[in-house]
Amino acid sequence: MSLSGKDKSVVASFWDKVAPKAPEIGAEALGRMLTAYPQTKTYFSHWGDLSPDSAQVKKHGATIMGAVGDAVSTIDDLVGGLSKLSELHASQLRVDPANFRILAHNIILTMAMFFPEDFTPEVHVSFEKFLQNVAWALSEKYR
Amino acid sequence: MVVWTDFERATIQDIFSKIDYGVVGQAAISRCLIVYPWTQRYFGSFGNLYNAAAITSNPKVAAHGKVVMEGLEKAVKNLENIKATFAELSTLHSEKLQVDPDNFKLLGDCLTIVVAAQLGKNFTPEVHAAFQKFLAVVVSSLRRQYY
Repeated sequence: MSLSGKDKSVVASFWDKVAPKAPEIGAEALGRMLTAYPQTKTYFSHWGDLSPDSAQVKKHGATIMGAVGDAVSTIDDLVGGLSKLSELHASQLRVDPANFRILAHNIILTMAMFFPEDFTPEVHVSFEKFLQNVAWALSEKYR
Repeated sequence: MVVWTDFERATIQDIFSKIDYGVVGQAAISRCLIVYPWTQRYFGSFGNLYNAAAITSNPKVAAHGKVVMEGLEKAVKNLENIKATFAELSTLHSEKLQVDPDNFKLLGDCLTIVVAAQLGKNFTPEVHAAFQKFLAVVVSSLRRQYY
């Protein structure tokens, strides 16, 4: 489900709106994922506190959304732009790619909560396609 | 057997008491039909689903949204035995409607997003987790009669 020109411009303009809140969105999404999908906690057993309020969760959520923001700016070549991160996830982190979808869902849900008027179904479909392509690019180096 | 904590039970009942079935049902189904367009395959008789505007204003979509929410309410009222409560619905979806059960998850995700947008800050991660667990049980019960 590749990104059309329309998808790319919808994503770019929606990102302009949400970028100032990106770290908060990331923190919220990650915290939610760890709480509502407890199987994802298995990847973070080295952290002491996995609650949504934990400093580590907040910081890492911000890091993730920073990478999503970078992906927005390399939307025409996600595989190239995410190459290093893919390498990291494939060889070191070894996160089952099924979890990318779970995190994407939580990012989308958080966006709907923070921007209920702007996150229309049309924006939702383009942004979800974008995150799906990000996940695909992220799993490039897996095998 | 599903074990519900007091918090989960109270949370699920609270959510359903707060939401308007017509509004939330319509929003969830239309979001599903727009975001996952292949789900439109099950709604051939609904008339115009040509674009997002058509879907959002389609009265059959709205009516069906309410039907779905009323179905979910049955589960809320029978939390101790959702499996039995949905046995007939499961057979219906499998044998008559022939819905790919993976679609239940898609609708569930859209419903969660709509409820989250409605409840805002009150949809805390803990409330979210309880709702997610409820939907997982519902989906599992709807899948049971498939063979």
